[in-house]
Amino acid sequence: MTLTETPTDDDLAAGLEAGFEATIARNDRIEPRDWMPDGYRRTLVRQIAQHAHSEIIGMQPEGNWITRAPSLRRKAILLAKVQDEAGHGLYLYSAAETLGVSRLELTELLIAGKQKYSSIFNYPTLSYADVGTIGWLVDGAAICNQVPLCRTSYGPYGRAMIRVCKEESFHQRQGYELLTTMMRGTDEQRAMVQESVDRFWWPALMMFGPPDADSPNTAQSMAWGIKRNTNDELRQKFVDMSVPQAEALGVTLPDPELRWNEERGHHDFGQPDWEEFMQGVKGNGPCNAQRMAHRRRAHEDGAWVREAATAYAAKGLDTPRSSLGGNSTTERTGR
Amino acid sequence: MSELPAEGGHGAVPLADVPTGVGVPAPEKEWPLYEVFVRGKRGLNHVHVGSLHAADDRMALLHARDVYTRRNEGVSIWVVRADAITASSPDEKDPMFAPSGDKVYRHPTFYDIPDDVPHM
Ligand SMILES: [Fe+2]
Ligand SMILES: [Fe+2]
Repeated sequence: MTLTETPTDDDLAAGLEAGFEATIARNDRIEPRDWMPDGYRRTLVRQIAQHAHSEIIGMQPEGNWITRAPSLRRKAILLAKVQDEAGHGLYLYSAAETLGVSRLELTELLIAGKQKYSSIFNYPTLSYADVGTIGWLVDGAAICNQVPLCRTSYGPYGRAMIRVCKEESFHQRQGYELLTTMMRGTDEQRAMVQESVDRFWWPALMMFGPPDADSPNTAQSMAWGIKRNTNDELRQKFVDMSVPQAEALGVTLPDPELRWNEERGHHDFGQPDWEEFMQGVKGNGPCNAQRMAHRRRAHEDGAWVREAATAYAAKGLDTPRSSLGGNSTTERTGR
Repeated sequence: MSELPAEGGHGAVPLADVPTGVGVPAPEKEWPLYEVFVRGKRGLNHVHVGSLHAADDRMALLHARDVYTRRNEGVSIWVVRADAITASSPDEKDPMFAPSGDKVYRHPTFYDIPDDVPHM
């Protein structure tokens, strides 16, 4: 290298930016210690954090039925499923931390209501059939969103998604099998399944977010390779997948506009009630307050356990190296 | 609905202008970060799978089992405090790996061998 002139800060910044853009253009992954634009970093933290929070809050609707599962088999399955969701939350917090945030800080932001989670978890689970419907439709919709995210441009996020997707298949299948079993039961059980599907179908469609025309940020996220498909593309895919599954199950989907469109090779379908969606987002959904209160209480009730473990570690009772000095996020991410 | 991008697994969450916590120092009471490495099965290397927080080494190991090996993903786990790892910096990528870059003669394909020589 010939250094006839010292490069200015602007030259260096332009070089870093060009390197980043080139990596994205090659469809290569950005890794934690790479330089990245601040907007990219913040967009990722916001997305991964809400995703992590959604997994954690998402334990509540189904957790509601663990003690009342109708058999030991169903209880064991539900416990494993809910435990997986906790795991998903942890994989995602771990990915977010590589961007220079701390998990505890993210938890505090959630509890303070400054960061949000998905509105789908603000709907109540009124009957046991909801456990099956959530597995089939809600985890099914999550799979549609998450499979493309396995190829997202940020390495740690993509790797977390690969682990999550492997486990989601169990979630969806156990739900669908539960519903199949109920559909083979009494008229009353079949009615429970239909009623549950009627309640969850539209909220599941809302999970893909507002129509593309109303989602300008999608364009930037797609350019950065954070997002791989638009909201409407994913919603269409989900509807096309679900229709034959509903037929096989013997339930009807509550949409009078739903029909196969030969020309498009896809199903036409109606729009969810976006006003209801907005209300949920604003905190006025059926269970927002309850979900937040529960999360806050769980955090506060766990404080003594965390403190006791810290005190135990500080005494060095377990291992010789027990100092609890400083968090290491800084070293790890170079920030 | 412009303030409502819906990227992320369960979608439909407002993200614009949400505080990120980037650059906020970790709260004092946060447990140290551990990196987790799992040997998938005998005969394979330990591979990095992610990280977690724990109060001490033993808790890190137990948490690693619960978080990263719920389905027989491993036969052995290493955990190591993240602040004990020394890593190469991406900024010095060129000088760091340059010594191997220009030594093409270290690769078998560098050598021309007649096509009719067997087993080589
Ligand atoms: Fe999940
Ligand atoms: Fe799931």
